[in-house]
Amino acid sequence: MIDVVYFAWLRERIGLPREQVETRAETVADLVAELTAREPRYAAAFADTASVRVALDQSLAGFDAPLSGVREVAFFPPMTGG
Amino acid sequence: MLRVDAAAFDPGAELNAFSAGLTTAGAVVSFTGIVRDTPAGLAAMEIEHYPAMTGPAIAEMQTTAARRWDLAASLVIHRHGRLEPGETIMMVATAAPHRAAAFAATEYLMDYLKSRAPFWKKEIARDGTETWVAATPEDEDALSRWD
Repeated sequence: MIDVVYFAWLRERIGLPREQVETRAETVADLVAELTAREPRYAAAFADTASVRVALDQSLAGFDAPLSGVREVAFFPPMTGG
Repeated sequence: MLRVDAAAFDPGAELNAFSAGLTTAGAVVSFTGIVRDTPAGLAAMEIEHYPAMTGPAIAEMQTTAARRWDLAASLVIHRHGRLEPGETIMMVATAAPHRAAAFAATEYLMDYLKSRAPFWKKEIARDGTETWVAATPEDEDALSRWD
């Protein structure tokens, strides 16, 4: 089980801020493929992965990063602080 | 020093408190960010963040800045939640022996806060339209000057 959290328009499109996912995905890209295959709302959220950023246990990571040992995966748009 | 909070703050009082007692720093530079109205008319800005990541991400930026410019101290305050035009969103202050370092470190922290601190802004227009603020290529380019 892995915790998956969503922010901003990803949270709105998927319709929830956090969920636990039972997965054997080896990388972030594998997890995105699994989620996208689930329901259209996930496919809509991940339609353009160029505008999606990922953090693994609160550190920025790429889509090719391994999920081994990771407890929390976060998906969000490019950040707009300041 | 770092604070992420929904509550309003007084940037003048924060700056005075930050500057008090500094004896090795000859320069303090600060930046204050304010919610600005838009041509279409802004009712409010809603700022969402990733609580588990925000503090550690900003603290790391401050550590990097302190090492790079030999800062005496730095301060970041950033709000989240619903803010109206004219309200203060955030401030950065740095203290250094000389002004060049304080100016540069403040710009560095601003550039990184803009693109690497996990905040997302949504504009709510007076007609009710909601728009997520998009990051710009310029925001990303601004980081490359610090490589």
